[in-house]
This record gives sequence, C-alpha cells and structure tokens, in this order.
Amino acid sequence: MSDVTFHQVATTDQIDEDEAMQVIVNGKEVAVINLGGTIYAMDDICSHAYASMSDGYIEGDCIECPLHGAQFNIKTGKAETPPASEDLATYEVKIDGSNILVGLPNA
Amino acid sequence: MVIGAGQAGGWTAKSLRADGFDGRILIIGDEPIGPHERPPLSKGVLLGDAESDSCLLWPPGTLEAEGVELRLNSRVVSIDADGHTLTLDDGTAVDWSKLMIATGGRARTLGVPGADLEGVHTLRSVADAETIRPRLKPGATIVVIGAGWIGLEVAAAARKRGANAIVVELMDRVCARALTPEMSAWVHDLHVRNGVEIRLNCGFERFAGDRALDRIVLSDGSEIACDIAVVGIGLVPNVELAEAAGLEIDNGIVVDEHGRTSHPDIFAAGDVANHPNVLLGRRIRLESWENAQNQAINTAKAMLDAPEPYAEIPWFWSDQFDANIQLMGLPESWDETAVRGDRSTGEFVEFYLRDGLIQGAAAVNNPRDLRFTRRLMMSGKKFDAADLADPDVKLQQLLKS
Repeated sequence: MSDVTFHQVATTDQIDEDEAMQVIVNGKEVAVINLGGTIYAMDDICSHAYASMSDGYIEGDCIECPLHGAQFNIKTGKAETPPASEDLATYEVKIDGSNILVGLPNA
Repeated sequence: MVIGAGQAGGWTAKSLRADGFDGRILIIGDEPIGPHERPPLSKGVLLGDAESDSCLLWPPGTLEAEGVELRLNSRVVSIDADGHTLTLDDGTAVDWSKLMIATGGRARTLGVPGADLEGVHTLRSVADAETIRPRLKPGATIVVIGAGWIGLEVAAAARKRGANAIVVELMDRVCARALTPEMSAWVHDLHVRNGVEIRLNCGFERFAGDRALDRIVLSDGSEIACDIAVVGIGLVPNVELAEAAGLEIDNGIVVDEHGRTSHPDIFAAGDVANHPNVLLGRRIRLESWENAQNQAINTAKAMLDAPEPYAEIPWFWSDQFDANIQLMGLPESWDETAVRGDRSTGEFVEFYLRDGLIQGAAAVNNPRDLRFTRRLMMSGKKFDAADLADPDVKLQQLLKS
C-alpha cells in the first residue's frame, strides 16, 4: 500500500488564478492554491495562530496569513516571515481532467 | 543588551541572531515570564481559554538555545549612556556596546480616593490577567472605567464568564479615539446585545468600600455597587530610565526612522518609541502588537549597522464576543466612506477615502479584505468608493487593474 492517498477535493474552475480555497480532507483543513495557473496544496491553518491561510493574500510565491501577516512559500510551505517560525506541510497535487486531487499521507 | 522582555524586546534579540550577530545578547525583564506578547491577556487568558504561557513568543528554551541570556525578575535602575554601562536593582553593573530600550508602558491609573482598595485593578501584565480572571464569575458585577479596547475586552470577557458588566465612559461614545462614530455605534450595539451596560458622558469620582471595593461613586453623586473594578484608561510609556539617561523624550522616547535615540548607541522600539512614519507624514507612538514586533525587527538591523527605514501602515485588532475588529491606518480626515458588506450581519469593511486615496479602514469579521486594504493603501492609487463597496468587484482585481 502506498504512503499517500489521493482525494478529489475540488475542480479547477472553482479556483481562479492567484486565489485559494479551503477544503476539508479526512477532517483536516487544507488550502488549495492556484499560483499562476498551477495548483498547490498546503496546510490551511497558520503555524502561528488559528487562521485560515486560504483567506490570505498571494504575492510572488508566498501566501500571507490574513490574521498577523506571516508569509509562507506556497511551493515549499516554508515560513518566510515573522511571526511564524514553523513551516507548513505541503501536499502532492494531481490534476485529472478538471478534478483536483490532493495526496495526504496515510495515517 | 535589551531592556524589556515583551514583544519588542524578544524580537530584537531574535532578529539580532537571525541577522548574523554572534556576540553576547542579554535580555533583562522585570516580570517572571520570558519574552511574551500581551494581546491574549485581555482575550483568551482572561476568558480562561488559554494558559498564560500561550503568550510566550517562542517555546521555553528557544532563545537560550540561540545563546541569548535571559535575566528575569530583574529591573534596570539606571543607564550611563556615555559610560556604556547600566545598573540593575541588585546593584550589578553590566557593560554594553549597543542598547535597546523596549520598556513598553504601564497602565494609566486614576489618582482618586479609593484607588488603592482591594478589588481595583488595571490590566497590563500576565499577573494582572491571572488576578482578574477568577473574579470574573457568575453573579459578580464588574465595573470597567473607560470604554477603550482594554475596557471593552474586559467587559466582553466578564459577560462570557457569566458576570455582569457595566462600562463607565467620560466621552459620548465608545473607543472615540480609534473609531468613527458609525463604528463606535456598531461596537456599542454589540456590547448592549450581549448584556453589557454602557454609561456614556459619565464622570467618575472615586472608589469606595471598607478595605475592599464595594461600589464606585460617579460625579453626579450616584453610586454603582460592584465586586471589582478594572481601570482601562490608556497607557503611560515607561520613559523614566531613558529620560534620566539624558535621551530626548516627547510622548515616548524619540527615535529616528531606524529606531535610534538621541544617543548613537541606544535604540528604542515598541510602545515606548515615538518614531517618524513616512507613509503618514508625521511622528507617531503606537501601542500595537504588530508595531512592537516589526519595529524591533527593523531596529535590530540598525543596531548591526545595516539600517533599513521603518515604514508600515499601522494595524490593530481586537476580539470582543463573536467580533474580530481590525483597523488599518490612522485616518485623520476623509470625505467619503465606502461600506463593503453588511453592517447588520456583522461582516463588513469600511473604507475612509480622501480625494480617492484610502486613508484607513475598519473591518468586522473580515480580516481578508483588511489585509488587501494595506496593499491598496501602499499602492498609492486612487479608488472609486462605488467599486470598493461593490462585493462583486474583487479587491485583488482593483489592485491589479
């Protein structure tokens, strides 16, 4: 059995370029982000305080937390600016037709 | 060397290390807790939803692992600026080459009869929050003096914990210094809906009781029976050390855009620092979480002789009942207000414009739009109030158009 299971979470027409949406996969909040036409997925809850990253502003390769302004790299999950110091997990994304699938590690 | 173990003090030390400084860093704090932030003290900690150590900026041991020394429960009694030394309350002398003064402020108190009675409180420190929290209990009556952010957050916490809350305010509306009349009215209604009694235009005379507080007396002679009183009438910047050291003081410690005081090797940041803001075109002293963090990060660069000017649009937030209230900018005058969303549903943002330029904004339960507002303001572009108020027009598109 593989370590990752892919879940269909949304369709590509639901997320405009440089926008993000929150999806719930197995009870977990995941941000699905359209960065310049490529879809990425990362943990949706900021590592600093409880806020939904998918409500944040996208600039360059980063998404900015709406609450306190911490920026995370969308491709790597790296915490780029304070107040966050802990990175966010990122997930593998597959596109099947117009379906977006996100790979979550098996528990 | 850093004086103060709050948000600004902590971030100074963290940033000095992050920027490559490998010399000795010592933080001196007069509280028992290491570098921490204060917003939760009037919110989660007061409600009992969060423990006091949730205020710590980083998990215990983080700074120590980076070679930062912490000296807590310790107070600086004097600074010798030209001698590059300071003295602690136990008589120890410590030498420094660069000094950050991040002494913040203390809660303003009322010099009235009864102010020293048991049951009269202010809220600034972890210890204050821990003292007040158990007294916000069902059936108790809490009087709050001052309808500013702290006072209103205490009133909200009291109601959520089942206590009665009465707010006494001298002005004719709540948060008059920070909010427009319409926003004041919205916040006022929020509190009334949740059972807070607000008395405006109400002069306060004194606290009364035998040994412990049992009532307050207003200027018209009327009395309000209560169990505790919390005074929330603003902050006094802790400038005494700096003043005695000969630094320039004017509503706080005067610093330049790099955080440097009138002495070349002494810096200040956070609530205590009166600094120029080029975006606003005037000097300001901010009592805010974000400024304490970002000004400290910025000033650390100047301490390492790699200065970058500090210029950010002020941002504040408050949590009261189910409302997250955020403010961007310090608007002084505007000729147009655009409301995006619906005030009655409690999810909206108001933009204040002058000649099409956004001077500031206030948002309720809409942090996303408020973050965009910062970008809109930084862009220097003019906007049409009708576009801003139209929920079908994305702010992102306005910014990119």
